[in-house]
Amino acid sequence: MLNQKKFIVSHAPFWHDGSTITARSYNMLIATLPAVLFGLINYGMPAVGVVSLSISSAIVWELLFNKISKRTITIGDGNAALIGILFGMLLPATSPWWLVITGTFVAVVIGKHIFGGIGGNPFNPVLIGMAILMVSWKDFFDFNEALVNYDLGFAMVYPLSALKHLGTSGIDAFSAADLLMGQQSGAIGATFGLGLIIGGIYLIIRGVIRWEISLSFLAGVFVTALFFNISDPARYAGPAFHLLTGYTLIGAFFLATEDSSSPVNFIPMLIYGAGTGIMAVLIRNIGAYVDGVVFAILLMNLVNPLLDKIRPKALGKVV
Amino acid sequence: MIKRSFIGLAKPRIEYEALDLTVPEPRIFPTSKKVTLLLNQAYEPFGKKNAVLLKKGDTVKTGQKLSLYEGSDVYVISSVTGSISSISPFLGEFGRSYTAIAIDVAEDEEMDEQFKALSVEPTMDIAKEYLSFIPGNPPASLFSSGDTSPSIDTIVICGVDCDLLITANQHALLSDEKAIAKGVGILKHITGIENIIMAAPEHLMQNAGVSGAQVRVVDAEYPATLPRMIMQDILGKTVPAGKTCEEMGVCFVSAEAVAAIGMAFDQGYIPRYKKLNLIKKDGDSVMISARIGTPVHEIFSAYDVTINEKDRIILGGPMTGSSIYSEHHPIQPDTSAIIVQDGRDLALVSDYPCINCGECIRICPAKIPVNMLVRFLEAGKYEEAAEEYDLYSCVECGLCSFVCVSRMPILHYIKLAKYELGRISTAEATNA
Repeated sequence: MLNQKKFIVSHAPFWHDGSTITARSYNMLIATLPAVLFGLINYGMPAVGVVSLSISSAIVWELLFNKISKRTITIGDGNAALIGILFGMLLPATSPWWLVITGTFVAVVIGKHIFGGIGGNPFNPVLIGMAILMVSWKDFFDFNEALVNYDLGFAMVYPLSALKHLGTSGIDAFSAADLLMGQQSGAIGATFGLGLIIGGIYLIIRGVIRWEISLSFLAGVFVTALFFNISDPARYAGPAFHLLTGYTLIGAFFLATEDSSSPVNFIPMLIYGAGTGIMAVLIRNIGAYVDGVVFAILLMNLVNPLLDKIRPKALGKVV
Repeated sequence: MIKRSFIGLAKPRIEYEALDLTVPEPRIFPTSKKVTLLLNQAYEPFGKKNAVLLKKGDTVKTGQKLSLYEGSDVYVISSVTGSISSISPFLGEFGRSYTAIAIDVAEDEEMDEQFKALSVEPTMDIAKEYLSFIPGNPPASLFSSGDTSPSIDTIVICGVDCDLLITANQHALLSDEKAIAKGVGILKHITGIENIIMAAPEHLMQNAGVSGAQVRVVDAEYPATLPRMIMQDILGKTVPAGKTCEEMGVCFVSAEAVAAIGMAFDQGYIPRYKKLNLIKKDGDSVMISARIGTPVHEIFSAYDVTINEKDRIILGGPMTGSSIYSEHHPIQPDTSAIIVQDGRDLALVSDYPCINCGECIRICPAKIPVNMLVRFLEAGKYEEAAEEYDLYSCVECGLCSFVCVSRMPILHYIKLAKYELGRISTAEATNA
């Protein structure tokens, strides 16, 4: 009995379906590729620089924070890379290097690790980074100004600012098909609607993101934009325009669906998604900002814990 | 091991092993040289007032009832003939104390006739005195109806096993039809309960029909055969959180145990062979029938299973079984399967936090907010977890841990919390 073999003793269940956080992150990275590659081809080397720097700096910030806080190194789970690529996708191609590095610092350290790392963040880290940059350095996010030196063969006007300043007469040049195919100026990874939709559908099928959130988000945008459009067609654009411009699609599939900051029960997911969509159009149409998706999602992140209290009655619960 | 499908949107459907109707008889495992019986009572030879009845060197006969202390109603039934070689304390899961009685097996088998004389006329007392250590492990409440507070008015016979990969009960249903019918008759006679329900899988309906119990179909998808799920789906009674099925008047007993009761009264000898599935490292399943108390390593060597360091040996099913730390561990009356997992392909738990992906919420059959529950349990806030996040609604199916992306030991946390809360309430009750 003395020199008997040692076995692994653990608690049931002894099976696992094999899913990992790493696989989840990499699936999301794969899903971003169509939109990202399209942006890189359009905007050339500066965009490559921004996205690469964004990914690498996000990973470095996470590594540094792991070292400083003396916790396990978590860069292997791919979450930092995911934050990096999503952050890069939201930036204009001409963003200066320090803007990218500051942004990923805010996203990774303040947005995520301050709250205890993955799973602990009450807000979407990427959007925390974006919101702070947008408030601090407004000018870099004026896409018309940022992309002034580009001529890609289509109207190089940021559709949402054209709408804001000129009303619907300013957006006549944009057809829905062009917008869907990425014939619009904007952030590196947010303009190619079709690519984002393909990525989103891939994620939904693989079960990485929750379809309830994405669909109700899009439905919220659609319905609200429709009502505005009916009330005053000269000032407010139609639903298709709102769905295909700005950060709507990337928000619906990649940002609003961030695990930790979104609800998990069915009805809360619908409320959360729809609320985000409604807020986004409200900010666009009657708020001060050109695009409202970033703040709309952050706002609904705030409501998430309350929403998730709406849940089905557990088996045998006595009330 | 069932892996997540490419299309992760669909909820995984995990089905019970359906027993092939042409299954050969289980292979009878030869009696080993030494068996160990685990008595469900702590071994304290010096502190107890009551006299210790067993000692090293005592000879025992097959089927003999062995009690450790005088006046104690806890006993084991010896599955072999031989002499006691050692009596030692044994620590089980969650700190439960047992007494391990090791018996050196003698050449010639001699049957104990004490039960035979009594078995002519079955009564509740005889069943209670002799039949709680039989294959299939009948619950204590089965033989105590009438004299204790929660009175049982329904008996549910499980014709399917509670966990995946196990077919012992289905096999009992298929091959021991007569014994089960006899067992049902005896149960009706000694308990006076007419409401006996047989929960059986669809392909064994015909066999279940012979038993004389009312037959109901159980869904083939895990976890439909867990007691609380049967209560809800088949009996239409939902067990309130924190209550047991017994408190609702329902007692669950396995088909194998009913067959064993039938056989015991039929032949006058208490059954001593336990049917079990041996699931090897490559997933091959062999059905064997071995004496209770046979150490598992003898089964491994007979079936060419090589065990290395850092492998995992599991008694019971993959979702709810328990892993053991020694290959000398004996087969017990409730051991329906032995699973061996290679150390290289174990899915180990991690210390990652919950990322709130919601997989557990979607799969939980009890609709528990697992994502919130596990956060409270990790922080040790068991009382809040029980009050606000439905700890006691858990049916302990293990599906949350199975799908957890962070690979958290969720079921482990839940069981630990229930255990700790149970300790607190017993401490409060004794101090009050």
